[in-house]
Amino acid sequence: MNFSEVFKQSNQLCKVSPDGKYLATCVQYRLVVRDFNSLQIVHLYTCLDPVMHMEWSSDSLFILCAMYKRGLVQVWSLEQPDWHCKIDEGSIGLVSSRWSPDGRHILNTTEFNLRVTVWSLCTKAVSYIKYPKACQKGVDFTADGRYMALAERRECKDYISVFVCDDWHLLRHFESETQDLAGLEWSPNCCVLAVWDNCLEYKILLYSLDGRLLSSYSAYEWSLGIKSVAWSPSSQFLAVGSYDEKVRILNHITWKKITEFEHPATIINTKAVVFKEVEKRPVVGSEDLSIHQLTVDNSLFSTQSKYEITQLPAQVPVIKPDPDRANPKIGISALAFSADNRFLATKNGSFQVQSLFWHCSGSSLVLLSKEHICLCYMEAEEEK
Amino acid sequence: CPAPLITLLHISGISMSPSRQNLHHSLHSTMALPKTSYSVLSAFCTEENISQCIAYINQEVCSLGLTGVSLESKSGSLSAVPVLNLLYEVLQLQRRAQRALHELETQQLKNGSDLEHLQHSNCRLKDQLEHTRRDNSGLHEGERQLQLKIKTLQNWLKSEKEEVQKLQSIISSRATQYNHDTKRKERECTKLKERLNQLLMDKRDKKLSIEISNHVGRSDGKRGLWKTGKMEARHEGEMYRALLSDYETRQRSLMMENSELKKVLQHMKKDMITILSPKKPCIKTEPANDSLEQAVSEGEEEIGDSSRETLEQSCEQAREQLTNSIRLQWRKLKSHMERLDSQASLVACQEREGEEMMSRKEHEEEMQRMRMELQQCKEFIHMQQQLLQQQLSSPCDEETAALLNDCYTLEEKERLKEEWRLFNEQKRNFEQERKNFTEAAIRLGHERKAFEEDRAAWLKTQFLNMTPFVDRKRPALSEPHSALSVGTEPEAKLQSTPPLVTKSLFSTPKAASVKMPSTADLYRTLHLIPDSRGHGKCQSGEMSTKSRLRNCSTDCSVISLVRDENSPI
Repeated sequence: MNFSEVFKQSNQLCKVSPDGKYLATCVQYRLVVRDFNSLQIVHLYTCLDPVMHMEWSSDSLFILCAMYKRGLVQVWSLEQPDWHCKIDEGSIGLVSSRWSPDGRHILNTTEFNLRVTVWSLCTKAVSYIKYPKACQKGVDFTADGRYMALAERRECKDYISVFVCDDWHLLRHFESETQDLAGLEWSPNCCVLAVWDNCLEYKILLYSLDGRLLSSYSAYEWSLGIKSVAWSPSSQFLAVGSYDEKVRILNHITWKKITEFEHPATIINTKAVVFKEVEKRPVVGSEDLSIHQLTVDNSLFSTQSKYEITQLPAQVPVIKPDPDRANPKIGISALAFSADNRFLATKNGSFQVQSLFWHCSGSSLVLLSKEHICLCYMEAEEEK
Repeated sequence: CPAPLITLLHISGISMSPSRQNLHHSLHSTMALPKTSYSVLSAFCTEENISQCIAYINQEVCSLGLTGVSLESKSGSLSAVPVLNLLYEVLQLQRRAQRALHELETQQLKNGSDLEHLQHSNCRLKDQLEHTRRDNSGLHEGERQLQLKIKTLQNWLKSEKEEVQKLQSIISSRATQYNHDTKRKERECTKLKERLNQLLMDKRDKKLSIEISNHVGRSDGKRGLWKTGKMEARHEGEMYRALLSDYETRQRSLMMENSELKKVLQHMKKDMITILSPKKPCIKTEPANDSLEQAVSEGEEEIGDSSRETLEQSCEQAREQLTNSIRLQWRKLKSHMERLDSQASLVACQEREGEEMMSRKEHEEEMQRMRMELQQCKEFIHMQQQLLQQQLSSPCDEETAALLNDCYTLEEKERLKEEWRLFNEQKRNFEQERKNFTEAAIRLGHERKAFEEDRAAWLKTQFLNMTPFVDRKRPALSEPHSALSVGTEPEAKLQSTPPLVTKSLFSTPKAASVKMPSTADLYRTLHLIPDSRGHGKCQSGEMSTKSRLRNCSTDCSVISLVRDENSPI
């Protein structure tokens, strides 16, 4: 593998444009845009404050830089470097900022989640949405960018508002049957909205686009409930990962569970293949450990690792989480379907995997941990 | 006077009770005298045998331990005193015996009653024992049940405890979650309060604003539209359109799935009908036949229905009909299969039983044999496989294949060469022998000729000596000439005559052209084959040999004949 030179960045703000041509990084209050192939700096912008959040617009023409401390959002254009835009939220503060799917509106969430302000770059219009809910995932846009679902909380009850992104017209506003809404997600075909409760109650509700409740599913009571939810790309399946270390798959016709996957600590399923990372560290005698040696000999710290197939039954190391802490590190924390609907990747327990992503062809999976990156290739059988 | 003795004895005889006679017959037999003993008694002692009687009585009395009676020989009669004493003693004895008997009898009675008593008590005790045993087992049973109950209760208690623990853990986790949330909310609240305070105190009010150098066009390039009721309606419409299209696609896919499944069901039904209807060579019983017939008739009905079904595919009734008919057919098929299974197992059982009739040993022997055979076959196959592998693998590259081929052909060539060499050697040997034989034959011929000449000369001399024709010319000279001429004549036929018999000498496929004189000529020279000339003269002595030789078929080994002739050679 070849590596380029190291570029500075701050706050892990380093994003590739949606069209794949540019790479934007933030270094403190500077925004650096490079050409992706040559890594030459194309544009350089300076913001008023250290940038906390940076996002490309969907058409790769604009970049949004949010500075929460000062409540400012600055938008930069790639086509016209002279063009500038500054949004000031005033004394009300700023907690989060994001683009709308059409790349022409910016949604700012104010401090204390008092409201969501929708700024338009085409007109100077401002829209306000009151009482948005501060939860795990309170806002979701449909895949085609036409509708937005927003969770609201008024008078100790949860509501869901559906907006038309075109002109931010409120299409539907209905009460949600959740106790304490934790998140909502549109199905990829944009017709069903999955709404789930927080971990104290296992409940997932399915609403159609026009606000009717299609179905509700609850696997069990009292124990900690849903931790993560994922739709399959074809909208046929809904995977629900919970704190009881199981993934339950619901089907889109009856919205009933069709199967459930367990994550046992001992893997005995004969069809499973277990890859274990084996690290080889060079062995050093204790008398050699002088400072001189350590500074000169870099290879001392280079560890090589490779993956070996472990014999079944394989024992997965389990760290029992502290039961007295809230939001314990057990259960299914990450779910990802492959793009061809064939595979579902799940992460259970306290493994240090920050994220898992599938390649768009569905043939490989990337696992990111704090210090490691792992690529898994799925062997596809050739179809004749 | 013996009369009082008799009367006393009689009295004692009367005093016997008849009931005891049965029990103590032996005692009585010694003691009791039958009532009719009077005559016997009178017969015992008479006037004549008094002394004998006395002697006898003395004897008996001595055996009992009493003093005997002496006979006063003076008067010739018994003195009454010893007799009376004796009698008294006997009576005493008798009394004592009686008493003993009484005692024994009472003892006997007592024993009998004791025995009865003991038996009764034994029975009673046995019953009691049985009773207590039963009680004991009952109590054991009760105890066991109670133990079981205890166990189940303990298990239930354990499970309940576990559940309680689980619930407690759930409660505690929920409690921590609530606490956490409450704390978070509280923190937020305090922050809000602070902020509010700050805002109230802070007079400067930063207004929210946007500074934008110029407006950007919409992403889709269209103009913005005003918000009107029509817009709302449009939005609504669009939303419903999106939903409808989704439902339509879903419905379409479900319809397709449905139709596919229906097709599958139809096929299944047809298959089931075909399976159930044809005459199968299986073990059929009456009910099976009936079911088959039923199935066939049903099937026919169904086939008739199916045509109707295709017309009303979306009709609810048709769907129900189809599923019902499928279910029916399936049930029939299942029952048929079950019947077949049971019959097959029955037959298998019977067969197995039949085998058991047969000796197990035979069966096992057969099994063993079969196993051996199997093993052999496997080995054979394995070997074959190996060879085949060799065959297939060896000509993997053409060079080695060619080399191998060459090797094989070379081997064969070598072999052939060897054989040819042998063959040639043999041929040479044969030729040599033949040459020898021909030489020998020629020599023989010559010798014969010479002999003939000699004979002819001798005959001639004889003849001449015998006859007056002394001056005649010697035609014998012509004979050798004739013989010679005969000898030469066939030479002309040398090349023309085919080597007929050479073949019998040399068994080679090749018909070698022999430059040497052929065997036919050899025969001719040996006069084995009669030539046209014929020798009229020399017939007498050699007649036998000639005829012998002539009669020989050509298949005879000439060599042996020639050898016979040339034995001196």
